[in-house]
Amino acid sequence: MAVHDAPAAPIRAADGDGMTDPVIRIEGLRTQFGAQVIHDDLDLDVYRGEVLGVVGGSGSGKSVLLREIVGLQRPTAGRIDLLGQDVWAIGARGRRALNTRAGVLFQDGALFSSLTVAENIQVGMREHLDLAPRLMDELAALKIAMVGLPPDAGEKLPSELSGGMRKRAGLARALALDPEIVFLDEPTAGLDPIGAARFDELIASLQGSLGLTVFMVTHDLDSLATVCDRIAALVDKQVRVATMAEHMKDDHPWLKEYFHGPRARAIGGAGA
Amino acid sequence: MTEESAGWVEPAPDGAAFLRARGQWTIARSGAIERHLARMDGMPPGDMSVDLSGIARLDTAGAWLLFRLIARLRAEGRQIEVTGVRDAHRPLIEIVARIHADGPKGGHTERVGPFAWLEGLGRGLFDALDHGKQLLNFHGMVTIVFLRTLLDPRRLRPKALVTQIEITGLNALPIVGLLSFLIGVVLAYLMSDQLTQFGAEVYTVNLLGLSITREIGVLLTAIMIAGRSGSAFTAQIGTMKVTEEIDAMGTLGLDPIEVLVIPRVLALMLTLPILTIWSDVAGILGGAVMTMVALDLTPARFLSQLKEAIDLGDVLVGLVKAPVHAYIIAMVGCYEGLRVRRTAESVGRQTTLSVVESIFLVIVATAAFAILFSVLGI
Ligand SMILES: Nc1ncnc2c1ncn2[C@@H]1O[C@H](COP(=O)(O)OP(=O)(O)O)[C@@H](O)[C@H]1O
Ligand SMILES: [Mg+2]
Repeated sequence: MAVHDAPAAPIRAADGDGMTDPVIRIEGLRTQFGAQVIHDDLDLDVYRGEVLGVVGGSGSGKSVLLREIVGLQRPTAGRIDLLGQDVWAIGARGRRALNTRAGVLFQDGALFSSLTVAENIQVGMREHLDLAPRLMDELAALKIAMVGLPPDAGEKLPSELSGGMRKRAGLARALALDPEIVFLDEPTAGLDPIGAARFDELIASLQGSLGLTVFMVTHDLDSLATVCDRIAALVDKQVRVATMAEHMKDDHPWLKEYFHGPRARAIGGAGA
Repeated sequence: MTEESAGWVEPAPDGAAFLRARGQWTIARSGAIERHLARMDGMPPGDMSVDLSGIARLDTAGAWLLFRLIARLRAEGRQIEVTGVRDAHRPLIEIVARIHADGPKGGHTERVGPFAWLEGLGRGLFDALDHGKQLLNFHGMVTIVFLRTLLDPRRLRPKALVTQIEITGLNALPIVGLLSFLIGVVLAYLMSDQLTQFGAEVYTVNLLGLSITREIGVLLTAIMIAGRSGSAFTAQIGTMKVTEEIDAMGTLGLDPIEVLVIPRVLALMLTLPILTIWSDVAGILGGAVMTMVALDLTPARFLSQLKEAIDLGDVLVGLVKAPVHAYIIAMVGCYEGLRVRRTAESVGRQTTLSVVESIFLVIVATAAFAILFSVLGI
């Protein structure tokens, strides 16, 4: 699962579902706030079962891109297909149904402050499934353990958790409905290194079993090197998708700085 | 999806010692799977092997249900052999197994017994007492900080004080004046209506003047200010609590009580007496208008009758209560604000509580004053 030397292409597929099965297809995306253009004619395909890392400078529009794919923010122009459906053509109700198949971890957790962690995880189950309360409690406890939170975290309110723990709780909520695809906005920021490594391991194993697709905005070079199959770099209002090894050969100044900066060099020996 | 592919487990045809799981073991199916498993009780005793090769899709919820099934069978004293695990499913099953070994605990215990209401009553009583104690504690804290502030008036923060006086006093003038005027009209109407029956209609003025100056003006103003400013104190301070601004103050060496509470308490104690006078005037004015209309009293007659009816003492009896009410309202408002926890819901809850509590305490104080004045014969 380390850095692939093969050319950038669909890497993995679940149980022979077909190699070229994009779960996200973005065509001609344009995003503009007033005069400020964020994305311009951006194309991106994300394939089933891959972990795509998204990098880019601060304010380059990573979070905005994520919000547009999950249907929270309408792009100025262009088309976005998620799991085979045109996100911005199916209406609000269609988007809600589609969202049960996708989990999102927001940049700062966005947990419901008046619900306990366990209740936060159960919100989606209550809304969409008919499960016995005991099973829901067990599943919530399972997700809590999966993201590396202590068992008693379930009964706590988000305000009683530290920042890193809130993030894990948000991840547990994103995974609550066992989605086909998860969107993670800087998930390992705020996690201790062991927690981050455990998170990477979790993503890898979920993906193995479910063909889970991961769209991960991250600045964690460890995650990029160990779990990401491909890396989409947001430069010049577009994305350049490649493996880490290929990006390292790229001449673009930002990419050069990013992948050859001191932090990259520090892990370079181990990762590449 | 047909019944065939709905995930579940069943005895294999060649004997009950062999279970075969198949289909979709996913969260969308887990309700159905669980109900199916619950119906599958009472399998013959003896060791078993469980074949998982028929599972098409597995997610964490499915893996958890599988694990629960196997754990249940083992708990019945059987040896269980698991076969046919797909490579793709193995990591997930291992994760669930590892977590299960650490023992995830679900559900919380809720006490329900025949005497749950009694327990609730007792708990409520002790909570109320504890609450009162903490409010008293807060009163002590504010007093200490206040005395310290008096020794070092530089800490009085005149700017915050003036702002609070403007917000709680000046801006409240229109609404307090209008409502007091209307109450005066209503009171005068009721009184004159009754007193006319005895031919004592001119005493409407006495009754009106006494009740407004001694009781109604000050109580009405206090209730309005509790709803208007007390709630605002709670919401302001509570929101600052949510955004951790209060904590930030602490780390910068600022005392939240000195910065937030003292200016509000002082401002309200200064403005409420003035608002009370304003309310008295507006209420009597409303009464005067009504008596002029209903009883054809001339303004001069009204004034001379009023002069006879009330003296400065009556006005002071009302006025002396105002700072006490103000103190109660501001203290409760700030205290409830500081009790807000870091949730959005809690701001609303404490704000409601703050208004209810301060009006309750204001009325208790009014009753206490009534007893005190009657003992003193004022
Ligand atoms: N709703 C909005 N209105 C106006 N500008 C926005 C809005 N949302 C984001 N932006 C701008 O878009 C740019 C990209 O934001 P974002 O995607 O959050 O950056 P990042 O890549 O750091 O996650 C920023 O310059 C931000 O100011
Ligand atoms: Mg961002």
